[in-house]
Amino acid sequence: MSSLLHFFDVLIGTFDLFIKALVLTLEISILAFVIGLAFGLFFAFLKVTKIKPLVMIVDFYVWIVRGTPLVVQIFILFYGLTSLILIPNFLAVTLALAFHLGAYLTEIIRGAIESIDKGQMEAGKSLGMGHWLTMRRIILPQAFRRAIPSFGNQFIIGLKDSSLASFIGMQELFGVAKLEGSVHFDFMTYLLVVGVYYLLIVYIFTKLVNRIEWRLAVSD
Amino acid sequence: MDNKKEIIKVVKLNKSFGNLHVLKDIDMTVKESEVVVLIGASGSGKSTLLRCMNFLEIKDEGDIIFDGNKIDPKTHNLNKVRERVGMVFQHFNLFPHKTVLENVIEAPVKVKKIQKSQAVEEAMELLNKVGLVDKRDEYPSKLSGGQKQRVAIARSLAMKPDVMLFDEPTSALDPELVGEVLITMKQLASEGMTMVVVTHEMGFAREVGDELIYMHDGKIVERGNPKDIFSNPKMDRTREFLSKVL
Repeated sequence: MSSLLHFFDVLIGTFDLFIKALVLTLEISILAFVIGLAFGLFFAFLKVTKIKPLVMIVDFYVWIVRGTPLVVQIFILFYGLTSLILIPNFLAVTLALAFHLGAYLTEIIRGAIESIDKGQMEAGKSLGMGHWLTMRRIILPQAFRRAIPSFGNQFIIGLKDSSLASFIGMQELFGVAKLEGSVHFDFMTYLLVVGVYYLLIVYIFTKLVNRIEWRLAVSD
Repeated sequence: MDNKKEIIKVVKLNKSFGNLHVLKDIDMTVKESEVVVLIGASGSGKSTLLRCMNFLEIKDEGDIIFDGNKIDPKTHNLNKVRERVGMVFQHFNLFPHKTVLENVIEAPVKVKKIQKSQAVEEAMELLNKVGLVDKRDEYPSKLSGGQKQRVAIARSLAMKPDVMLFDEPTSALDPELVGEVLITMKQLASEGMTMVVVTHEMGFAREVGDELIYMHDGKIVERGNPKDIFSNPKMDRTREFLSKVL
């Protein structure tokens, strides 16, 4: 009972601290996701051209990202490149996460584009719209709608993976939990507290994605 | 009669998919205000021939002459040609994320760059023509097959094409919905629209067609006035086919 009270004590007492950390977590995750989306869109476009060298570039990118741990990618940007360029930790983690998410988003977007009936492209072309106008006005809007649940999943994965930023000294959610845990010699309580924050924020985003999905489904 | 303008002329057209020779030395002419009906068993090449006419399939050999200009897919802007060649598909291919009205105005606004208000006005006239004014704000998923196909026809007409291509426009419809689409097509024909129609609707072919072309195995077997061919086919192959479908 007393340990439960202690947990709530800490939860309430650290509210300001963790909210500040949460804002940083969200900044990293959202910025990384947006940049990752641009990566994903770019590479997905390359891949659907089915032009061999372009497809090989995309496959190489995806292979690198999938085949190495995100924490290694972050460390390469932050520590590995110091002899060439000094990248601040916020930028290092955001770019690494964007690069990472981009590979998965590439496959998601490519799959969504290819899932759209080829009659849609033919209809656009037959109206004189051409490949790119049809892609932009007809195919992509449908593909994005179809990809929203996967986008949501990928964002949530990215949000949780942003905790790796703590390893390059960032005071985002997990970084704060680690620091406070060691300062108070009370890891368990702070880890549980930070767990609550992650659960809550993931829950909110899940609901948000469901809502967007539901609203867009009206026209289908 | 015969001084009518040639809208589409196909000369010695050949097309293969891999080892499959789908079109063999096809010659045909579509004149202004004419309705040319293509019939034949599935796999005879009639849909491929139609799709070559708006370059959804690119021919291997031969020429496609549109309105007096030989069209080379490598040098011509195919989009410009396609603006003038409407196409109606078996599976409608309406844009599901756009309303009926948005489907119809999309290409006029985005390709021809006409004012939205004017596009809407013209679209409403077309929707009136196909009897779907009250569906203007519906999404395609809320429409029956027959209604979808009529919207697709209106969408094509919105570009004011010189010729309309129909690729089995009623084949995906429930039997009771075929009539409404054929009525719309007949109305178009009576207004003088040039049409090339791939269909299995022999009644339509006989009643509306100016020329009937029977294809088999990638070749044109017989062509002529539909009424003559239906009552007195010259080729055994045609007779055999007609005896199966009539």
